[in-house]
Amino acid sequence: MAWARRILRVNLTEGTCKHEPLNMEWAMKYLGQRGLATKYLAEEIDPKVDPLSPDNKMIMATGPLTGTAASTAGRYSVITKGALTGAIACSNSGGFFGNEMKNAGYDMIIFEGRSPKPVYLMVQDDDARLMDASGYWGKSVWDTEEGIKAAHGDPQIRVASVGVSAEKGVLFACVVNDMHRAAGRSGVGTVMASKNLKAVAIRGTKGVNVDDYPAFAKAVTDGKAVLAENAVTGQGLPAFGTQVLMNVINEMGALPTRNHTSVQFEGAKDISAEAMAEPRRSDGKPNLVRNAACFGCTIACGRISTIDRTHFTVAERPQYHGASGGLEYEAAWALGAATGVNDLDALTFANFICNEQGFDPISFGATVGAAMEMYETGVLTKEQTGGLELNWGNAKALTDLAELTGRGEGFGAEIGLGSKRLCAKYGKPELSMSVKGQEFPAYDSRGIQGMGLTYATSNRGACHLRSYTVSSEVLGIPEKTDPLVTEGKAGLVRAFQDATAAVDSSGLCIFTTFAWTLEDIAPQVNAACEGDWSAEKLLEAGERTWNLERQFNIDAGFSGADDTLPSRLLKDAAKVGPAEGKVNGLDQMLPEYYEIRGWTADGVPSNETLSRLQL
Amino acid sequence: MKVTVKLYAMLGQYLPAGAKDNTVTLDAEADATPASLVARLGVPAEQCHLVLVNGVYVAPSERGARALADGDTLAIWPPVAGG
Repeated sequence: MAWARRILRVNLTEGTCKHEPLNMEWAMKYLGQRGLATKYLAEEIDPKVDPLSPDNKMIMATGPLTGTAASTAGRYSVITKGALTGAIACSNSGGFFGNEMKNAGYDMIIFEGRSPKPVYLMVQDDDARLMDASGYWGKSVWDTEEGIKAAHGDPQIRVASVGVSAEKGVLFACVVNDMHRAAGRSGVGTVMASKNLKAVAIRGTKGVNVDDYPAFAKAVTDGKAVLAENAVTGQGLPAFGTQVLMNVINEMGALPTRNHTSVQFEGAKDISAEAMAEPRRSDGKPNLVRNAACFGCTIACGRISTIDRTHFTVAERPQYHGASGGLEYEAAWALGAATGVNDLDALTFANFICNEQGFDPISFGATVGAAMEMYETGVLTKEQTGGLELNWGNAKALTDLAELTGRGEGFGAEIGLGSKRLCAKYGKPELSMSVKGQEFPAYDSRGIQGMGLTYATSNRGACHLRSYTVSSEVLGIPEKTDPLVTEGKAGLVRAFQDATAAVDSSGLCIFTTFAWTLEDIAPQVNAACEGDWSAEKLLEAGERTWNLERQFNIDAGFSGADDTLPSRLLKDAAKVGPAEGKVNGLDQMLPEYYEIRGWTADGVPSNETLSRLQL
Repeated sequence: MKVTVKLYAMLGQYLPAGAKDNTVTLDAEADATPASLVARLGVPAEQCHLVLVNGVYVAPSERGARALADGDTLAIWPPVAGG
């Protein structure tokens, strides 16, 4: 059985750490990680709780396959009520922390209450204790991780921590592990900091068992062969990473540009995967140093980059001359196209700061884009921005704001509110490109219609990782659909949502699904876990999770009225490219989506649906 | 007629010398198609996964028949993904 069958419950108010058995009845219905932790959260907190109050809880959760030999099986998630959104939050991260947590013998760590002083949790297999973190409070993610490893004299400890941005209340702060892998969205790091919990440090040596080892070895070997032989997971992602999408999405007129005022960015070529591989003039070296893999991953899409040492951001700061986590597509879009900045080194520097101080580059870049639109239109003045000239394309303003936001200082503290609150504060709520308070990622739904429904119905606010219909509408995986039509998209979105929820509950990375279907994943889960885990049962667990998340949000105060998009996407047609003249046809997709979900016309899961899913 | 051809990711190696930003402008025959320009540049057809003309997808079965017009932009990628 791949579950550790054990939870660590940490009461930060009382300073206690207790072991308890995993609820296996729930595990058989929700599998693990996203689904199972959501079940625990929904059972244990009032959905109406203030996300930053001690009554909110935060769960770090692995899946049953986390820590096994399956490819990409190093994932963990942070589940809580999101600080940015007030909705259910589940942010998934790779790196090596999840594997270490599982090897220490835990399916989940549940944090409750609030510590009276800054602490970090130190776990060494069965031994778990809270330790004084006053020496780390006020320090960056990078310094905290290095400091804890040095203090314990063990470089093999894995650390997940929050940076200064979270301490200062930036609402889209992340939990960062392994220096530059992050549970990035919805402000899960802000919740962690609100509990005075600076870091979780783990060393695990217990190993992870599986139910049927010979069957598991075969299923894992078969699965790895599929990934290796697939041109996307075997060649495309390792060589060019996710950033290869920059020119694709721009070419098809779906690259949100300058706060969604356009759908094509003339500077896309300068911030693309191809640009990252070009030798630069100053030293003849490219931005991209190498690719990188998380624990157990045979895809290795990660980017490791350097900044040109003559660039204005680092010329006098040698501490940033080394190689570190480089730009992924969503970050490059938000820091670049959303703000009109086409300076690759500036974007890479801003990304480094997001990692160092622990905040989400998507929400950050998109919020800077909204601020720039307010500045360009005279809503914001130079006096209000603390002297920053927030004109479109101002690379210096972008990097200055990254540093200010990282420290929660000056106008950076206002950027840290996120675009919804910032735009409302200055009387322009319509300029926030967000759903349920969370900023869009890098696909304009006027040019990729299914993504409009994806964003509008995403349980954690606007997000591409809840149903990545780009796979079908753009890339032809598993089959090509027309991105400019609404027909068939309701069913497509539902299918992606349910399958994704299942993968997110397994311990695997969603990127495997560029090659794998649930038919490839089911034999691995089935061999590792007790019970009969067919693709159908995985899909059912995914649907159950989706509906549970929906119910949590309804109980938190959300309704069908929140399943919408900013008016800009519904009323202002795209001006160029294949989508010229088009808005998003959400009204044509949403009623059908509710119907095939088994929800009422108001978007509430019907009693029949709840009963069918045993909710 | 003039057709702008863009070859991305691993396909960039098939661009003529001097191409900038993964782009070259070709003098194309009046009956040029995506398939004929792919062949002319020596790009293996099986590596042409995503083919867009003016940003609109052209299915494999249509690549030999889709007539290109003066000023068109043909952009091609091998199998790639992101997210």
